Amino acid sequence: MKDNSLSNILNQHESKEQIDGQLYTLNLGPTHPATHGIFQNVLTMDGERILHAEQTVGYIHRAFEKISERRNFAQITTLTDRMNYCSAPINNLGWHMTVEKLIGIKVPKRVDYMRVILMELARIGDHLICNGVTGMDAGAITGLTYMFIERERIYDMYEQICGARMTTNMGRIGGFERDFTPKFHELLKDFLKTFPARFAEFGQLLERNRIFMDRTIGAGAISAERALSYGFTGPNLRASGVDYDVRVAEPYSSYEDFDFIIPVGTAGDTYDRFMVRQQEIWESLKIINQAYDNLPEGPFHADVPDFYLPEKADVYQKMEALIYHFKIVMGETDVPKGEVYHAVEGGNGELGFYLVSDGGRTPYRLHFRRPCFIYYQAYPEMITGSVISDAIVTMCSMNIIAGELDA
Amino acid sequence: MTNEFVLEAITREFPETVISSSEPYGMLTIEIKKDDIKKVIHYLKDSSLEINFLTDVCGIHYPEFPEKEIGVVYHLQNMMTNFRLRLKIFMSRENIEVDSLTELYAGANWMERETFDFYGIKFKGHPDLRPILNMEDLGYHPMLKEYRLEDGTRTDKDDAMFGR
Amino acid sequence: MSDQKPIIRTDAPAPEGFEGEGFFATKLSSVIGMARKFSLWPLPFATSCCGIEFMATLNPTYDASRFGMERNSFSPRQADMLMVCGTIAKKLGPVLKEVYTQMAEPKWVVAVGACACSGGIFDSYSVLQGIDKIIPVDVYVPGCPPRPEQIIEGVMQVQALAESESIRRRDTPEYQHLLDSYNISNEGK
Repeated sequence: MKDNSLSNILNQHESKEQIDGQLYTLNLGPTHPATHGIFQNVLTMDGERILHAEQTVGYIHRAFEKISERRNFAQITTLTDRMNYCSAPINNLGWHMTVEKLIGIKVPKRVDYMRVILMELARIGDHLICNGVTGMDAGAITGLTYMFIERERIYDMYEQICGARMTTNMGRIGGFERDFTPKFHELLKDFLKTFPARFAEFGQLLERNRIFMDRTIGAGAISAERALSYGFTGPNLRASGVDYDVRVAEPYSSYEDFDFIIPVGTAGDTYDRFMVRQQEIWESLKIINQAYDNLPEGPFHADVPDFYLPEKADVYQKMEALIYHFKIVMGETDVPKGEVYHAVEGGNGELGFYLVSDGGRTPYRLHFRRPCFIYYQAYPEMITGSVISDAIVTMCSMNIIAGELDA
Repeated sequence: MTNEFVLEAITREFPETVISSSEPYGMLTIEIKKDDIKKVIHYLKDSSLEINFLTDVCGIHYPEFPEKEIGVVYHLQNMMTNFRLRLKIFMSRENIEVDSLTELYAGANWMERETFDFYGIKFKGHPDLRPILNMEDLGYHPMLKEYRLEDGTRTDKDDAMFGR
Repeated sequence: MSDQKPIIRTDAPAPEGFEGEGFFATKLSSVIGMARKFSLWPLPFATSCCGIEFMATLNPTYDASRFGMERNSFSPRQADMLMVCGTIAKKLGPVLKEVYTQMAEPKWVVAVGACACSGGIFDSYSVLQGIDKIIPVDVYVPGCPPRPEQIIEGVMQVQALAESESIRRRDTPEYQHLLDSYNISNEGK
């Protein structure tokens, strides 16, 4: 293992007298405009070159895992929103799939396709922010402002499903709370028709832009072996050349029905990460088109009266519905004992939920395998030896979301 | 690459190590002796099984079993064949240390620091074992079951209103 | 849903004064209040999800730059309004207090989001239950996250404060007393 410690780096210079007074410490963060989140890097620099980076995280540690031991399964959905808040539906629906796996519920095909549409919309939203912000930090602010308009249209669609813009708390255990409204169909059709042209414009702004390419090619490169050793997943790993995607490796929610490619880069640098995310947005659009064109008819939730709230009219008239309603709202339904690990492909990689249940109302232990936390530890290795402007662009292209980092 | 094949390979190579095994929800889960965890994971990485990706490390606390009170759960996978494996080790509170995997996987560095921060499990050979998410002066390991969730120093919450 | 909806006027009335041919005489404090009101530069202290809603407020659909917030100043010395968007953990408390102390007078603080107002849904050992435990707050914008329209209403409340407060607020004894209660010194501002 490469010894990255400061003393080793300093030993490589001629003598301590020579370097005394030549190295300086730059504190990047925790509140810094370019870091898009709250994490600190203390850089030891020789002029413009970074020699060593010391990281501190935990400035937004909200103790999700401890909180989730005291909340019942439906309440934890609101916590999962706030991990990777740029693509909250993926977290929500991944959590619901974990609970369904624990309980052994099989959801109807329509629910699967609805979930796929929403997860891919969320992935588009997440990548739009990441790429827009990479452009902004290289100097091109216009791209971000245009892509945020598209994100507002995605928010309008979320509002039709669950009522909230960003922290969506979307869906229920067993399906969705309501079917797609007519307004949602209208918004989605409009989006699918007009978004490609606008997104192509954003691509034209940056993809073959001489300045952007000079800024980003070669910045923050990491090889596939080191990336795998660190536990990278998601677009950052795919930019290094490894084509691992949870949607293809272990398909969940009927992803095996759809036809899409996994874009893969070669050098693992910032430009490759940017381009992989660009191409993933095109692939997500393809998936949404396929899912929407083939959306099967059927119920929008599984028939699990123990976990899914009954119709309100029934609650007022039928005894069983009343009892189920009471038990679900008070959180008194029994879940089987057991442990399950379920992974979904989040915006940043493999988002895993390790749930240990002892039969009670709340999880005994819930651990989130957060991709941001795992790949952020590679950041010092990626920036050592580069200049500070490369370090900034690398950090943006890695899409570090502070909520997911600290959880 | 099935669960039986991998379990047989591990038991053949390390006959004394496996304490128990099960397959909850299809994932092979093996409980092994605490002192052999690094050898087993190294073997899985280098052998033809090629289980060479460390997905996750986390801790767990069972206060009702004093001999097996604190556990560490490792999730590993083989990306080529999409095979997932879960390894568990348990230890008592007095004997709360285990070998670190940082020499095998660079990514284990922060995962083990997080587990130490939350449960107090010491990883022998870890280059920099200190709390990562909590404040350094917190003074206790918060995920252990005996500690409460809320901040004990709040003065503005009226317990009568919150049903306590 | 307040019934005192702020009235948005692009032709805001001039302050009270005495008008004549080619001149307009009014109180210095009114002019300064007007100038401060329409040129608030925010310091986006964005930590989590509310930060993304703040970014949405700055972007074209809700455009905060029409309120004079064109230039987000990340340097505390040049900022007027500290917008704390997101959860503040106890680990970040000293950093927030330091940033607030470095800001030059006049300064206002907006707590955007439930986590900044009172800890939000995270009633845990590591989250500061409201930033008013460590710094004085002028406007609270509740919501999880608040819609951009709500954030804009919060900004407009700050505008109302900026217009009507005394221009040497920093010298009033109440203000000194408030800062002393937080152990923040007001020297040299």
